Amino acid sequence: MTSFWRASAAGRAGVAGWLPAVATALVLLIAWEVIVRAFEVQRWLLPAPTVILGELIDSFGLLARHAGTTLVEIVFGFAVSVFIGISLASGIVWSRAVERSVYPIIIASQTVPIFTLAPLLIIWVGTDIMSKVIVVVLFTFFPIVISLVTGLRSVDREMIDMFRTLGASPSQTFRKLMVPTALPNFFAGMKVAAVVSVIGAVIGEWVGASAGLGWLMKLSGPQFQTARVFAAIVVLSVLAMGLFAAVVILEKWALRNYPATASQLTGTGES
Amino acid sequence: MMGSAPQQASAVGGGPPDSPGSPDSSGATSGALPGAYLAVSGVGFHYEDSAILEDINLSVGRGEFVALVGPSGCGKSTLLNLISGVLAPGAGQIKVVNTAKNLKNQDRSERASRLGHVSYMQQKDLLLPWRTVSENGRLGLELRGVGAAETDTRVKRLAESFGLSDVLGSMPWQLSGGMRQRVALLRALLPDNPVLLLDEPFGALDAITRSGLQQWLLNVLDRSEKAILLVTHDVEEAILLADRVLIMAPAPGRIVAEVVITLDSGTARNLEASTTPEFVEMKKRILGILRRQGPEGQTQ
Repeated sequence: MTSFWRASAAGRAGVAGWLPAVATALVLLIAWEVIVRAFEVQRWLLPAPTVILGELIDSFGLLARHAGTTLVEIVFGFAVSVFIGISLASGIVWSRAVERSVYPIIIASQTVPIFTLAPLLIIWVGTDIMSKVIVVVLFTFFPIVISLVTGLRSVDREMIDMFRTLGASPSQTFRKLMVPTALPNFFAGMKVAAVVSVIGAVIGEWVGASAGLGWLMKLSGPQFQTARVFAAIVVLSVLAMGLFAAVVILEKWALRNYPATASQLTGTGES
Repeated sequence: MMGSAPQQASAVGGGPPDSPGSPDSSGATSGALPGAYLAVSGVGFHYEDSAILEDINLSVGRGEFVALVGPSGCGKSTLLNLISGVLAPGAGQIKVVNTAKNLKNQDRSERASRLGHVSYMQQKDLLLPWRTVSENGRLGLELRGVGAAETDTRVKRLAESFGLSDVLGSMPWQLSGGMRQRVALLRALLPDNPVLLLDEPFGALDAITRSGLQQWLLNVLDRSEKAILLVTHDVEEAILLADRVLIMAPAPGRIVAEVVITLDSGTARNLEASTTPEFVEMKKRILGILRRQGPEGQTQ
């Protein structure tokens, strides 16, 4: 997964790489606009892209305020997830007892539809930010734990033995060998988590909130303010893409010294 | 490194104290060779129900270079893992001279106390891809908590004699296989342990790079006071580099003979030496012993 992202980033240099996707999106938007105008589709049923753009501009302040609320929930929840994810993954890799007692439960937890937990969370912790943060955590900790466990386990036995012959303690081996080896996997999980974190926040707000883009959408739908619902969706997409980009930038920085391809990562001196 | 070993005609399975069948081979380690940096006595190792190694006796003195040859699967690498402390022997004793007086872990087991005190270089370079050459080289010192200034000085000094000064800032994946092996040896040697183990150090390299590195190794280890134990299946490499060659047989792995290399020291230790009649004679003798160990015993 990691090598795919990194290889594709290397293959399509800079802005030119995005052009086909941008062009496809533009074509679809123009088709949408043409169809809505040609068939005189009602605005409350399906607003044209230009109408949605107008709503984005007109309600910028409102959308920005609620986006701020949602973003705080996401960032808070994401941070908690990273902390929980690192702790759980380290525990699972470190101790067989932790692995046996915790790992199956983590996997089982993902078979429960998180959406159905949201009402319970509202009952238990109320409609303030905590319920939303918890939903975000429930959505995001899983990809982080799984990717990190996979990464930490991918360390070569020979590498561990080499560290031992150099006199490394178990904690030195963990910090200087296992963690750096797991970093590419960790960032792969972080990218998945960044995208689903937005879904988590919106679901949390949908069930019970007094602010946020999810709440705004839930309020605007029954009032047939369809353009506003679309505008909120656009803002949510931008948030998700922004978070994804932030993780990618962080990844590029953290992995700046790593070889570009997986074969170089494990290469053993073919001259 | 070609210092104290007796430069006389080879003795196969005879006199040397650590060859099988000699009277004191199973005795205390001190009896093997006084002042030996590395002494292995009566070491055996089992994996599940099969015996991998049986009654291994050998010693390597200060400044001595000993090679261990034998067919694949005769337990050569296992023996090095036992000496380095990665594995624990099922029987016997392994003693390594300790120059570091203040060992932190006096209470740990004998095996664990060797970890970090025996330099060990393997066929795979095992360089960390996210670290520069310099950062890879200093790993052993870093793990010991040696200060940054001292580490820098030691890395630079050794890198210079290794011909690595220009690539200290490079990443491992930018280097050729031969250069990577030099970095691996740098990393193994920097902690300055009295014993150096080399496990097929050039086995993964092409023939030209390999012979170049053999010559290089002779140069950088010349006048070294370390006790060096080289594992190889390349008989020429063993003759070229070592003062003594121990020959192993498989199933279970054991030492069956010892050949003292009697090449004229001084001029002889270079790549041209491998074409001289005495070198060819030596090679024939060792190959002959290897063949006598059965069909699997044939190498080369």
